[in-house]
Amino acid sequence: MRLINRSPSRGGRLALAILPFALLLALYLAHSAQRLELNPNDKLLPSFGQMSAAVERLAFTPDERSGDYLFWLDTASSLKRLGTGLAIAAVAGLCLGVAAGTLPLFGAPLSPLITVLSMVPPLAILPILFIVFGLGELSKVMLIVIGITPILARDLEQRAREIPPELLIKAQTLGANTWTLILRLVLPQLMPRLLISLRLVMGSAWLFLIAAEAIASTDGLGYRIFLVRRYMAMDVILPYVAWITLLAWAMDYLLWRLTRLLFPWHEGAKA
Amino acid sequence: MSDKKGGTGAFIQVKNVWKQYGDQVVLERLNMNIAEGEFCTLVGASGCGKSTFLRLLLGQEAPSRGEILLDGQPLAAEPDVSRGVVFQRYSVFPHLSVLDNVALGLELPRAPFLGRLLGRSKRDAREQATQMLHKVGLDHALDKYPAQLSGGMQQRLAIAQALIMKPRVLLLDEPFGALDPGIRKDMHALLLELWRETRLTVFMVTHDLSEGFSLGSRVLVFDKPRIDPHAPGAYGARVTYDISLHDGHRTPVAADSLPADLAGPFQTAYQGA
Repeated sequence: MRLINRSPSRGGRLALAILPFALLLALYLAHSAQRLELNPNDKLLPSFGQMSAAVERLAFTPDERSGDYLFWLDTASSLKRLGTGLAIAAVAGLCLGVAAGTLPLFGAPLSPLITVLSMVPPLAILPILFIVFGLGELSKVMLIVIGITPILARDLEQRAREIPPELLIKAQTLGANTWTLILRLVLPQLMPRLLISLRLVMGSAWLFLIAAEAIASTDGLGYRIFLVRRYMAMDVILPYVAWITLLAWAMDYLLWRLTRLLFPWHEGAKA
Repeated sequence: MSDKKGGTGAFIQVKNVWKQYGDQVVLERLNMNIAEGEFCTLVGASGCGKSTFLRLLLGQEAPSRGEILLDGQPLAAEPDVSRGVVFQRYSVFPHLSVLDNVALGLELPRAPFLGRLLGRSKRDAREQATQMLHKVGLDHALDKYPAQLSGGMQQRLAIAQALIMKPRVLLLDEPFGALDPGIRKDMHALLLELWRETRLTVFMVTHDLSEGFSLGSRVLVFDKPRIDPHAPGAYGARVTYDISLHDGHRTPVAADSLPADLAGPFQTAYQGA
């Protein structure tokens, strides 16, 4: 049978999904054990025991100086910045996208501007943000907002243009004015797309967050990783990276569930 | 028909209407009067301006020359509640349930800020919408989304949605073009029943000649009487036959005095060469 016609069974699919993870894990454990055997103080590939000790120290023991649980403090700070940035960017991107994609008179000036702005590398203007907004929370949130708003706006503008003109005309024959047409037709149709776009820009948002935290911060997941780098504390860095990955995956999953829950019509309407 | 403006005559007057895009003339010198309650079917080959004419009636586009009067007044230059429309596709809102699709037409004109009604007026609107849906035979599917309906049911929904506005004119752009023949028969019966009940003025574009003749009380045939092979866009289409089918009197009447019309559509291709 040709390869293209062969698919795994249900159990086989699960096993195949786990396989690469198991291989990577085995590879890591083997190398880690090998290095630790040669030098018990090796820091590069810590064992699971060393990593769980580090997590125990950061997450479940109060810090000697401040009395905080650093792991949870970092997580809360980072999630707050990320959430604020994503929320502001979502609202701004939605407004810009709807205005530019629905109203030609607004699209004419907005559309080229958004396109050009989306080409500015956000990390290149990070110093400007620090100068303008200071080294506090605002500049970190602004980096996320500036980084992903143009992407969201461009995507939503495009989706708004893809709404069939027949629907816009139909709504006018049903007595809609421009405002109610946007409110009852364009916005509801773009909301599921906004959630999908948010999932797609989630990776960039994390990138901007960690970059900002690495440069100027006193807490946060990115801050901690770059702080302990000086001591080559891989036993802290690796659990932090795994935790960030888990958080990002969980947010992606929740947005996906939310889309299906709030907009049950969306799956069928695409057909 | 009682509220005709004195002297000006018909319900809809098309006066010397031209439509062109750049050098491309699509429609030329259209003149006609349509009485209220007429069921006009627009037939003709592809690209002969039937749908363009419908868009002019809808207000989606403006004529390049001439004017269209509705009840003696120039047509509004944008779509409004006086003219309902059903397209071949994309006529219903995918994010609203069947009931909300129809109730929307009652909500929008009364709620210019929120776009939705609340409380009792909302219940009334839904009650009215349910009755309308009952008429088109969709009362079993009130809570479904359009994507869960068959093509025929979606068009029933689109018709209900248009009729709830009590428009003065109903415009249909190949509404049954994508449906199975059997379903199409049912839709014809439904449409004729609703037309007899409401006495609406209907314009329906169709590719299907037999559909045009079996449904319409008046058939307008669009064709290009003159074609210049060196400049295909130089001449537009006109109504070459205007056939009244009232009360079984099926008398073809030539729309205007062009001899080409009398000579039959096949010879028109050589005119102007």
